[in-house]
Amino acid sequence: MSRKNDPKRVDAAGEPQASDAAVESQSVPQAPPVRGAALSDVFAARKIDPLDMVVRTEEEEQATRVRVRSDSGSRGAHSRGPRARILRFFLYAILFVFALWYLTPIYILLVTSLKPSSAVRLDQMWTLPWPPSLDGFFAAWNALGPNFLNSLKLAIPAAIISSMLGSMNGYVLAKWKFRGADTLFTLILFGMFIPYQAILIPLTQVMSNVGLYGSIQGLILVHVIYGIPITTLIFRNYYAAIPTELLEAAKVDGASFFRIYRSILLPLSASGFVVVLIWQFNSVWNDFLFAATLTTQPNWPMTVALNNLAGSFVVDWNVQMAGALLAAMPTLLVFVVLGRYFVRGLLAGSLKG
Amino acid sequence: MRISRDRVSSLLVIAPSVLAVAIFVYGLIAWTGYISTVKWDTLRPDYTGVGIANYQAIFAQNRFLMDIRNTVVFTIFFIAASLTIGLTLANLIDRQIRSEGLFRNIFVFPMAVSFIVTGVVWKWILSPGQPASSGTPATPQGVNQLFGLDPASNRWLTDSHVVFIGPDSPAYGILHDIGLGFITSPNIGIPIALLSIVLAAVWQMSGFVMVLYLAGLRAIPEELKEAARVDGCTEWKIFRHIVFPLLTPITLSAMIILGHISLKIYDLTVAMSGSGPGFATDTPALYMWQTAFRDDSFGRGAAVAIVMLVLVAGIVVPYLVWNRRQEVEA
Repeated sequence: MSRKNDPKRVDAAGEPQASDAAVESQSVPQAPPVRGAALSDVFAARKIDPLDMVVRTEEEEQATRVRVRSDSGSRGAHSRGPRARILRFFLYAILFVFALWYLTPIYILLVTSLKPSSAVRLDQMWTLPWPPSLDGFFAAWNALGPNFLNSLKLAIPAAIISSMLGSMNGYVLAKWKFRGADTLFTLILFGMFIPYQAILIPLTQVMSNVGLYGSIQGLILVHVIYGIPITTLIFRNYYAAIPTELLEAAKVDGASFFRIYRSILLPLSASGFVVVLIWQFNSVWNDFLFAATLTTQPNWPMTVALNNLAGSFVVDWNVQMAGALLAAMPTLLVFVVLGRYFVRGLLAGSLKG
Repeated sequence: MRISRDRVSSLLVIAPSVLAVAIFVYGLIAWTGYISTVKWDTLRPDYTGVGIANYQAIFAQNRFLMDIRNTVVFTIFFIAASLTIGLTLANLIDRQIRSEGLFRNIFVFPMAVSFIVTGVVWKWILSPGQPASSGTPATPQGVNQLFGLDPASNRWLTDSHVVFIGPDSPAYGILHDIGLGFITSPNIGIPIALLSIVLAAVWQMSGFVMVLYLAGLRAIPEELKEAARVDGCTEWKIFRHIVFPLLTPITLSAMIILGHISLKIYDLTVAMSGSGPGFATDTPALYMWQTAFRDDSFGRGAAVAIVMLVLVAGIVVPYLVWNRRQEVEA
């Protein structure tokens, strides 16, 4: 399987960027192994970055398609008998059934939100909205519009600050290790697994003491603080893959700590930043627990307002579904446009170390 | 002197984050631990020490015991279903299918949606409809309508039944004879309504497991499988004896991640059903929040939070330590 160690696959993002290409040409012969990951023994032997494997480039997708097509003509009897064909049919049938299951909520969201209130009856849940109506969306926007903006005002700054912090921390923990740095890192990592209930009561006390209880700024601060473990983790692994010789050379030339960061690390960080920005934007946008505990009505973000709207019995279902669609829209949009970075974040978040 | 100045810069850069984590993670955990030992049961803090009375109080409450039962049931079903579906999908997708990217995205996109949205939509899909009553025929809705199920017997989130080993079951006598009679208590059973929450949670998280397994599958050298094929192994044998054992670290990671999510699950139950009929869908997280922030019983709320933390730490700390060891070896 040539796709596995084809050097072209080094760039996980699939869209080779100048900066990434620069690292490669310097001295990375193949994808950087993720250090000490839980799965490292599986991956290390193959010298591949696990983050790369799921994320295939358009080119490779094309190659697969071509291969599949030519296979069907030339593979010969041993795999193209009637039995293989039946198996193939079942393969697609199962995938198709699962796809239907995953898409059912989207279908329901769309058809319900596009119905006028008069047509939303429980026994007509599956029918198409004809004629479609935007009434649900107007009503939902009237009720949730300010909260939608709150969520933007919350998630964008939180994601940006978090990723800058994570980048600096990752730089230190990957390239300026001091005695006990790895133990410290493990202690920091623990912070991303704790049930936040275990800090919620004193956190409300702290926030009201410093006068940030109920405000969006306070919530931003909370998300930045509790985002430190995951953002540090992703950047630390990202920077660990950059050859240390590069930094040593710069040090010999007299570059300082900050100069090395600015001139070497930062220009190579583009895809790392995209991964972390998406990750943090998603988790902050989708957070409910902190928002429900630490903010009060005019400052509620979308999730809390939506839950409140949906919990009320007087709100029509088309309005609820339109509201849910609005709440899901930004993160879904990011997923559709930058899905491969999203998947990288998922994997990075699960491979510790 | 250059090196030492850079060393100072590096420490100064990381110091604020270390301080923040030290205070906001470890400091506040310690403070919560302290609160769990004080009276504080009104809006105003009351730091009169009560020892372990808060813990005794929560463990004496039937609701909390139900919560523990629900957490165990939820964790088992959630992990089993997510792993099975994730592994199945990864294996199917890894067979050089057409439109691989499309299928993959369809399976993963729920990860981008909040639990609140997931809960609101699935609650609507799972609304059972009106059962037949005195002359009027049943009007099934949602899934019941789709599959032609009777709303009277398929109540989904509103089902108050708990499946447990009752006196009618053949196992009942045997368990009592061998001294395991406590298993037959209704407090150790499977609340049906909880399975609807599992359905929504699996919808959201199984794609993530698929991604993990897919990465694992693609790291397995094709030559290994080819060699086994040449030796006459069937595809099933190859999977059973070569592929699956190589995926063990992934299975472990996935179990830890899913496990700690299920111990903390909160948003989804809030959006779908709250405590549910007879606390069928109640969770420790919900109990903690309501005890502390609705009933102002902060001492007890803190006690619940500490129990949750101990449960999560019980699975996460060994995992982190194991990871750390692996890294040292690498």
